[in-house]
Amino acid sequence: MGLKIVVLAKQVPDTQHVGKDAMKEDGTVNRAALPAIFNPEDKNALEQALRLKDRYEGTTVQVLTMGPARAAEIIREALYRGADGGAVLSGREFAGSDTLATSYAISCGIKNFGDFDMVLCGRQAIDGDTAQVGPQVAEKLGLPQVTYAEEIVAVESGQVTVKRRVERGVELVKAPLPAVITVNGSAAECRSRNAKRVMRFKRALVPSEAQAQAPAYPELYQKDEALNIKEWGVKDIETDVNMLGLKGSPTKVKEIQSVSFQAKESKRLTSSDEDIDGLMKELIGNNIIG
Amino acid sequence: MNNVVVYLEIEEGVAADVSLELLTKGRKLATTLGVQLEAVAIGSGLDKIPAQVMPYGVDTLYVADDKRLTFYTSLPHTSILVGLFKDIEPQIALMGATSTGRDLGPRVSSALFSGLTADCTSLEIGDYTDAKSGKEYKNLLYQIRPAFGGNIVATIVNPEHRPQMATVREGVMKKEILDADYKGEIKRIDIDKYVSSTDFVVSVLERQMEKGKNNLKNSPIIVSGGYGVGSKENFQLLYDLAKELHAEVGASRAAVDAGWVDHDRQIGQTGVTVRPKLYIACGISGQIQHLAGMQESGIVISVNSDPDAPINAVADYVITGTVEDVLPKLIKYFKKNSK
Repeated sequence: MGLKIVVLAKQVPDTQHVGKDAMKEDGTVNRAALPAIFNPEDKNALEQALRLKDRYEGTTVQVLTMGPARAAEIIREALYRGADGGAVLSGREFAGSDTLATSYAISCGIKNFGDFDMVLCGRQAIDGDTAQVGPQVAEKLGLPQVTYAEEIVAVESGQVTVKRRVERGVELVKAPLPAVITVNGSAAECRSRNAKRVMRFKRALVPSEAQAQAPAYPELYQKDEALNIKEWGVKDIETDVNMLGLKGSPTKVKEIQSVSFQAKESKRLTSSDEDIDGLMKELIGNNIIG
Repeated sequence: MNNVVVYLEIEEGVAADVSLELLTKGRKLATTLGVQLEAVAIGSGLDKIPAQVMPYGVDTLYVADDKRLTFYTSLPHTSILVGLFKDIEPQIALMGATSTGRDLGPRVSSALFSGLTADCTSLEIGDYTDAKSGKEYKNLLYQIRPAFGGNIVATIVNPEHRPQMATVREGVMKKEILDADYKGEIKRIDIDKYVSSTDFVVSVLERQMEKGKNNLKNSPIIVSGGYGVGSKENFQLLYDLAKELHAEVGASRAAVDAGWVDHDRQIGQTGVTVRPKLYIACGISGQIQHLAGMQESGIVISVNSDPDAPINAVADYVITGTVEDVLPKLIKYFKKNSK
């Protein structure tokens, strides 16, 4: 029983390792100073897909991302780890999309792969932390959703059993396929790259990269179909352009401010017995503790 | 019509704190706008809900009480909200940024094509002029939220689509009873009008929920640890100090990600917001996303080996030293001086 799985992945700026130059003086984000990474929870989702591929023979894993052509890096990273192929949704029509317009675009992209049994994605992306795209994609596709998945326990008779990790505990739910499943950071970590796959797929490119780079062995791309990462614009998918980008986004950004905290006058202490003894006397004396 | 509505998150017949916090905020927004506050309760065994929520100033409470709704699943709750919202046309809809609200909100907003802003830290009413069209909008909901790992704060508006939807984390808004005798109207929802049998295709097989394991949000003293604590073993020092001070233990995202502490102890933008009278930050560097969750603390003590750690800027006392060195001394001299 092979499953057809689509994994959604996003290339994100590494907001968890923000340096001092991450913000420009005008308070906007200096994207150039932030390294672009594979959104961590999307990697957890990829691992769940690859585990199903290990378990059920004939399973295929396609990866879909939306972004500029350089987001093909995400697809390559997924190929190194065991994915079968992927596509980048790219084009200026997609720019400025809020989560709803993004979800619409992605749902159109998913349908472009043909039939599928399961869509897997991370619970949320670290640049927005909204966790909205998964459920919105499910709604756009008219499919049930299982969010906060920690483990896909079983797939049998067209039903998937999923362990969910929610705030106050654990839930085991069963949903019919096809379904959209969003995966938590608490799920198993993604396997590392496979050396042989890196050798093969490091040459994988989207057409616009191939055009820009003029790769050394053009004949390879005819021999090995998997090296051709798909690049889809609005013309390649069935979509209503009025639902994309700013036009398709009900939310508007009114303003953006950089965050600053009021610095306090602080008392500086060392870890000496004297200093700590004095601190405790002061806190107890002021009825802060005690 | 055009009212403010709050979705109540219900566990075992009781509305969650986050919902009561949102009712408090919703009441204020409704009063500012001169409209009514409404609430929606979906579940089973909801007899006690009216008495619990009316005092927050609820004018109309919609109740969908049915055995099939005992455990939350996405589809029936979505169908009820979507159907109800089409009928009552609220201008604002609020829900908790919990695992339930973050599952339900996006699905409802997608079905209604209304904008949703996740994890708002502030909600205000104000005007907006569209830069492109020059069109002016009065009394929109400003949905204010941090973005980009907390480095920026964005104000989001939904000019054209209703309801304007937002989720808010537990503890961000304050919970306050308006009037213990406030009497609103109860309206029963005819579930079959909104829900179809195919909405029940997802079933909950097993459920193990723990009731609030820690009392982080209400604890007057918090001992909190970050990546600088160094290991799971060293975290024991924080528990030891917390025990002496009758405090709760919290953590930064980095310490949770490292697997040293459970996620439910995480303080910050993607965790809990706290306002203790004393906050002891141990080995926490002070990323903005953490500061956002503890900046309203009374006294802040920072224990950090780096004298230039960003958190020191918001600390009242800065102890330069390692957690292994300083914490045992804090315990020792607390014991000595408190007797």
